Parts: sequence; structure tokens; C-alpha cells
Amino acid sequence: MLLRHTSEILVERSALTVNPAKTCQPVGAMYAALGIHNCLPHSHGSQGCCAYHRSALTRHYKDPIMATTSSFTEGASVFGGQANLVEAINNIFSIYAPDIVAVHTTCLSEVIGDDIGQIINKAQADGRIPKGKRVIHTNTPSFKGSHVTGFANMTQSMVQYLSETTGKRTGRINILPGFVEPSDMTEIKRILSLMGIRSVLFPDTSEVVNGPLDGRFHMYPKGGATVGQINSAGDSQFTVALGRTASLAAAKLLDTKCGVPFENLDLPIGIQATDAFVDCLRKTAGVSVPDSLMVERGQVVDVMTDMHQYFYGKKAALVGDPDQLVSLAQFLTDMDMKILYVVTGTPAGAKFEERIRSLTGDDTVVKYGAGADMFHFHQLIKSGKPDLIFGNTYAKYIARDEDIPLIRVGFPIYDRVGHQYFPVVGYRGAMHLMVKILNALLDRQDRDAPEEAFELVM
Amino acid sequence: MPAKSGIALDITADPLEIKQEILKKYPAKVARKRAKQIIVNNPDDGNRVPEIMANTRTIPGILTMRGCAYAGCKGVVLGPTRDILQITHGPIGCGFYSWLTRRNQTKPRTAAGANFMPYAMSTDMQEEEIIFGGERKLKKAIEEAIHLFHPRAIGIFSTCPVGLIGDDVHAVAREMEEKYPEVNIFGFSCEGYKGVSQSAGHHIANNKVFSEVVGQIEMQKEGAYRFNILGEYNIGGDAFEIERVIERCGMTLHSTFSGNSEYEEFASAHTVDLNVVMCHRSINYMAEMMEKRYGIPWFKINFIGAEASAKSLRRIAAYFGAPELVEKVEQVIAEEMYHVEAVRQEVRARCEGKTAMLFVGGSRAHHYQELFAEIGMKTVSAGYEFAHRDDYEGRKVIPNIVVDADTRNIEELTVEADPARYRPRRSEEELRQLEKQAGIGFNDYVGMMAEMKKGDLIIDDLNHHEAEVLMDKYKPDIFCAGIKEKYVIQKGGVPLKQLHSYDYSGPYAGFRGAVNFYREIDRMVNSNVFRFVKAPWQKKPELTGSYAYNR
Repeated sequence: MLLRHTSEILVERSALTVNPAKTCQPVGAMYAALGIHNCLPHSHGSQGCCAYHRSALTRHYKDPIMATTSSFTEGASVFGGQANLVEAINNIFSIYAPDIVAVHTTCLSEVIGDDIGQIINKAQADGRIPKGKRVIHTNTPSFKGSHVTGFANMTQSMVQYLSETTGKRTGRINILPGFVEPSDMTEIKRILSLMGIRSVLFPDTSEVVNGPLDGRFHMYPKGGATVGQINSAGDSQFTVALGRTASLAAAKLLDTKCGVPFENLDLPIGIQATDAFVDCLRKTAGVSVPDSLMVERGQVVDVMTDMHQYFYGKKAALVGDPDQLVSLAQFLTDMDMKILYVVTGTPAGAKFEERIRSLTGDDTVVKYGAGADMFHFHQLIKSGKPDLIFGNTYAKYIARDEDIPLIRVGFPIYDRVGHQYFPVVGYRGAMHLMVKILNALLDRQDRDAPEEAFELVM
Repeated sequence: MPAKSGIALDITADPLEIKQEILKKYPAKVARKRAKQIIVNNPDDGNRVPEIMANTRTIPGILTMRGCAYAGCKGVVLGPTRDILQITHGPIGCGFYSWLTRRNQTKPRTAAGANFMPYAMSTDMQEEEIIFGGERKLKKAIEEAIHLFHPRAIGIFSTCPVGLIGDDVHAVAREMEEKYPEVNIFGFSCEGYKGVSQSAGHHIANNKVFSEVVGQIEMQKEGAYRFNILGEYNIGGDAFEIERVIERCGMTLHSTFSGNSEYEEFASAHTVDLNVVMCHRSINYMAEMMEKRYGIPWFKINFIGAEASAKSLRRIAAYFGAPELVEKVEQVIAEEMYHVEAVRQEVRARCEGKTAMLFVGGSRAHHYQELFAEIGMKTVSAGYEFAHRDDYEGRKVIPNIVVDADTRNIEELTVEADPARYRPRRSEEELRQLEKQAGIGFNDYVGMMAEMKKGDLIIDDLNHHEAEVLMDKYKPDIFCAGIKEKYVIQKGGVPLKQLHSYDYSGPYAGFRGAVNFYREIDRMVNSNVFRFVKAPWQKKPELTGSYAYNR
């Protein structure tokens, strides 16, 4: 057994986290910053943070992840990181020539108390920031929240630093896609284009972290929302913020800073959440839903009903990030599956728990924040086995020990590809996800069926 | 200019020009520093090489390959051992990222044997602990870990905030050990900001394992010719292959620091008669300290490369000196090489004359040159990520290395002979004799540069911009580095071999490992897949056809 020391007996823990169901803020901020065109994310702290985050994102995307670091030494940790950051800014613009540098902090620089806004001003005053170039920052203390919080904070800082209002509305709709895959961002843009809606989507990591191999390394790939686009978001008509934990903060700020009203929706994973998204777009943009989208929707409903017998009553255990978990729980419940456990290390709050229960019923065990880790998740699974596990790559140790199929969703996925290219959002994404679930269930039935009951047609 | 005699490259690439090309993009201050870390190799007959600057601060804002002291301590040195329960004291990230990502394989002796490696444990420090201190939570976490997992030993690994807020992990360790005397509890002050790279963490790990673990248990594994291998981390099963070969030779590997290892083996490592060192950078401290305290001689070996493995086995056999052992080792080498040679010849025919670059670690960039040479591939440029001058220039330069502030902050243990247990395994005379007769260099490492050619470009702490220039100028057939560099290089249509994780393949050590590596490099440098980078119409963009519907 891989996790041979995990026993079924639950013991109360208040201090030791074992096999976390979250990671720290800066990696989310780095990922968000990659969603700005010609942007170099910068990690203000020890170089190990930057190395770890780049490695994690590289393993997840199998694509270059470029980011710099202030490379703190003991001296910087004692005297503050100002000299390091100013020098870094100078070197970055001289050597790597980005349009914009997006700085995030680390637990180290947060504990020291470096005032990044003030350091950026100093770099500006010293002439270290070339004309027309931008340096923005966000605070991402690793001892609060999780990687999703970091993503939310960086997205909010994009609004803080870059979005402006001229008072003249452009008629565009802002989309804050949340901490989703580049494939999902592409899919959201495709839906908007099918509906004929002009939009600004940020951050947008599509064609940044899933770029083509064309024989040349591109330090700044084709994708990403431009500084100009994010700037113009302040003049948009409306904001659709997807996911409460990842997108709400930026949407609120766009409202208070630039007067752009917003609606906060679930990530459009599954039929109902996608319906809500499309319906919201339809109403706010004043357009009708095109037939082509209705066909995609109808196909999802078609497969869902055709194969209902395989979904019905199947028990699922979910570990991951709050925004994904809410939509997944809804989708699986819609397919008549039963949700046994929902676990996230992100301190998602009581509203999250209420929301999940309202979707799945009172029998579901919901754990979030402190003490909610994959060790606990595994113990729950041992106490009552599900038919499917939904989680990131680390869940495969549980899946193998307990002999339960794993559907890989969330971050990080180190051991498979596909998430970069095939969405889980929208009707197309629902189809893709549903087929993955179905294949896992059917493969299992094929593997376990007695010879006399081995089915040709399913 | 056409290539002569199969050596294709130094004709087009002038290393000095390339160095200038690299430097010209830098601000003056950066260029001055980097100029001392980019050296054109020029070894003379007496193994004297030019001086290179190494183990100095990374320049802020430079896209570096380096990681931190925590990664070197927890990730590299302690990570591969399965039954020391490891608690990261700090916010969640560090524990998360070091969770199984280094591919250290391990095989407990029984199905019930302790194996904590698939578990990431952390105090997940919150703002409250940052403000009021984290010692109380750490103590509680240790208690919870003991009750849940019943470990023999617990290591506590400090992350950046721990040092700053003043948590004393060593005091916590002592206090908890008093409460739970059956568990050996020790802390590492391996905050990420210590030193200038992973290297500081190696040293910190060596110190604590030496002072808190080695010598705790008097146990000798059964068998003759007992020795330890230091600096082997069982990436991709390397240790399993080395264990296999050593067992075939009839020798006894007492412990490996730290691939496929157990606490008990570390704790009794002082009972052997020899230490051999694989990764000089990460573990030479341990070899030195064990010699001073217990009288165990050490020398450098290398199990990367079939020839290197054979040479290493011969030296170990020569050290023990028994004729039957020497004979047995020769027999094993002959048998193993028979299988290796067939593949080597086959692969060499396809790889001869191709070129490689290696920028990784503190040893691998040197060791892997052997494997490339065995299949006729040339290393044109190489460097370490976190090594010191002695890894480049040889240990003879150690007295001349200026100790800077960053190094001074890492504790140097004063080690004296153990009054009861110090026992020189060989007399001075015997050692000198072995040096002369078997070519064993006790307490020595010649370094990378002496074994590379004149004109090769040696670059310490290579960064992204420099890698781009090298790719452009040398156009190597393969580049070796780590995960962060992999896809950067491959987007340019050149394969990158990860020499930290082996690209989820291996083993590459020993004889079977050499065969794996030959095959793997053959796959990469002669692959079909990179042919498809350009579409047919990009190769021949002219329009010669006519529209079908016009026909």
C-alpha cells in the first residue's frame, strides 16, 4: 500500500496537516499574471518559491513557465527586500523587455513587511521602469487562504492598477473566468463569439501555457489579455465573474472603482451552471442564444439521458478547489449521482458548505479550511467507499490503494495531459467531462464483470 | 566549413565570442559578475584549470534555475529516506511542492515497513502563528504525528518565516524528545533564504544528520566488505541498480545517504570500513566529518556510466584488497559489460559525433558526460546550478576559496575524534600505497573542468538568456537541465533530458542504467517527432498547384 499508515479511525487533529488539499497563494498569483500579454510574473522572496511555483506550473502544463525572483539572501531578509526588487526591476526590463511586470509577495517578504507599492514608486522615481512599461503588484501571504486566494488577489490587482473608466461605455462584457484551464478560457471565448458578444476576458492564459511547438521559443507567447484590454475593462457594460473564491474580489473592485455592475456566477461546469452563464449573457447583452449552442446543449442532454443507467446512484468523493467543487457537485447531482464527501483545504467559509448542501443534500460530508486535507479525505473514503474519486494527481495514491477510479480535475495534474486542451466548461466541456466519467465507470464494469455477464453493447 | 573526422562543432563556435555575445545584453554590473562565472576551459597537464566564480548570490531578476536551502535540505538530502517522518514547519506551500516531486523511489523491506514518503506533513502556519509564534503548534503537530504514525525519528524543516519570527525548532525538538524518548527528534534551520542556493541546505542537512543520527545505533549488517555510499538519492531506481551490482560482487552496502534508506542504517553508518562519495557537492561534509570522528576513509566514485561504474567497483575492491573480491568484481564487470557493450555499439553508431550540453546540479553535469562519451557524444558546454569552486576546479582549491558572508552564515561543525569509537580503518602508509597502486584519490575530487576539453565553455548558475545564446550558437543535439528549462528548449525543436527527474524514466546508474540511458538518448536525438515542427507548406511555401475546381 502506498498510503499504508492511513487508518480508518478518525483522530482529531488541530496542528498537523497531512497531504494538503491546497497550496500557497503565490502560485495562483503567478498563474494569473501569466494571463496578461507580454507580462513577466515576479516573485518577491527567496528564489526557492519561484523555482517551486514554476516547477509546479510547468509539470501541470508541460509548457514553459517564465517568472523571475528577487532571490533574497539572509541579508535581504534582515534589511528588507527593497534593494533586491529595485535591482530586479532594472534587470528584468534590460534583459527580458516585458510590457509589464506583475509582482507577488511571499511569506518571507510579508513577514518582513516590505511595502511593494512604495518600492515600485521608488523604482519609478529612479528611472528603472522604462516609459510606457508597467509594474503592478499584489500581496499574497502564504499563511492566509490558498492558491485560489492568490489567483483572486492578482486578478483584483489587475483591476486596481490597470482598469480605468473614461465615462464612455464600450458595450463590452467583462468575463473573469476564475482559476480555470487555458482550454476553458478558449471555450468561454468561443461561446461569447457564437453569441456575438464583444468581451474582455482576463486573466487569459490560453495560448500562453498551452502554446504550439513551432520551432521557436517565445518568451511572451501570443495569448494573454493585453494591458489595453484590462484598462478598457473599466468602460465595459457589465462583468460576469465566474466562481466566488477566484473572481468575486476583482468584480467588486471593478464595480466600486469603475462603476461596472456585475453578476457572480458559478463556474460554468455542467449543464445547469452553463445554462445560468448563457442565460446571464443573453440577458445582459440582449442577444438570443444561437442554434449552434442549442445543439451542443441538446447533445449533452442526449448523452446524459442515453447513459443515465450508468450514472444513477453512483457515489462520488470530491477533493479540490471551492469554485470547481460547487459546480461539480451540482453537475454530478444533476446526473443522479450521490455526493458522499466534498473536501477543500481552501478556507471557503460557511457559505460554501451551505451551498454544497443545498445542492447535494444533508448527507454529504463537507470539510474545508484547517484540518481539511487529503489524509482526512482518504479516511472518509475508507469509512464508506465511493464509486469514483474526483481530484488532482495526488488523489491517485488513494485511488490505487482503494481501487477506485479517479477522474482528474483541478490543480495540479502532473501525470496526464488533456486539461490544457480540452475544456470542462460550457456544453462542450460538460460533454468532455461526462464522457470521462462514463468511460471510467464503464471501464471498471468491463474489468470487474464476470465472464458470463461481460457486455458487448453498453 | 565542412566537419572533419566526425567532430562537428568547435569549428563554428568560438567560445570567447559566445561569452561576449552573452554578456553584451547585460547591464554593466550584471555583466561584470557573470563574466567571472563564464569561463573558457583550459586545463593543463597538471590538472590545473582556470578559476571560476561559483556559489555566489544569484542576481535578482535573473531567470535562474536555482532553488533554495529548504529544497536542498528537505527535498534533496532527507527526502529519499522513508522512515524519518518529516514535518515542514511553515505555511503550506513548501511542504506541498516537495511532496513526492523528486521521484526518489523507495522499497520498504516488508509490506508493513514504515514509509512516510507519500505523506506531506506541515504545520500549515497561519497568520496567528506568524504573529504569536508557531512553537506551540509545532509541538502539537509533533504529538499528533507520533500518535498517528509512531515514527522512530522526526525531522523538522524550517521555512523562511520560521527564522524571522524566531521559532526555535531545536528547542522544540529537545523538549518533545524528552517527552517522547523513544523518538529521535531533530530540527533543521534550513530557511529558504539561507546561503545562495540548494547547496546551503545540503550542508545544514549533513550537519544535523551527522550530529543527531549517525552513531546512535551500534549495528553491523551481516556480510563482508561493508561500506556506505554517500550522495546517491535513488532517482528513478538508481540505488536499486547499484544495490544489485554490489550484491553480485559479494560486498555489503551498509547504508546509502540517502536513496532507499532507513533511519537505522544512517544511525549505524559509523560502523563501516569505507565511505564512497557519489555526489560530492551534497554530501562531502558528511564524508569529512565521519572520517574525523570515526576514522573512516573516503574517496570519490561514480556509478553514472558503465566504464565509470566498473572503475568505481575496481577501486572499492582494491581498497578492501582481498584477492577473491578483486577476482569476483572482475568477473561481474565482464559479465555486465558484455550486455552493455552490445547496446553501446549499436547506439553509438547512431549517436557518434552528436553534441550535448549539461547544466544541472552539483555533480550530474559532470557525471553524465561519461555516459554521453560512451556513445560517442561530445559535451561542448556544461556547468552546475549550485556547485562550489571545488566541484569545478577540484578540491585542491578549497584552501583558496574566500568565505563570504552567505557561506559564513552556514554552520561549520567542529568535529573531533570520538574517544571510544575513532578507529582508523587503514594506516597512513596503507592509504598512500592504495593511492599509488590503485589510483584511489582519498579525500579528493578532481572536479569537472580537469576532465573537460580545452575550449569547452563552463558556465556556473546558467540562466535563461545564456541558455538561449548557447542554443543559438552551438545548436546542440540535446540539452540537459531540469523541469523549468525542459519546454523552453523543446519549443525550439531540440530535445531536453531532465537530469533531476530523468523525465520519469531510469534507472541510469550502474550497468543496466547505462543501457537505459543509451537507449533513451538514442530515442531523443534520433527521434521522428521533431521532424513535424514545420508543416509541409512552411518548408515549400511557393504555390505551384491550381484550384481543384478550375480543372
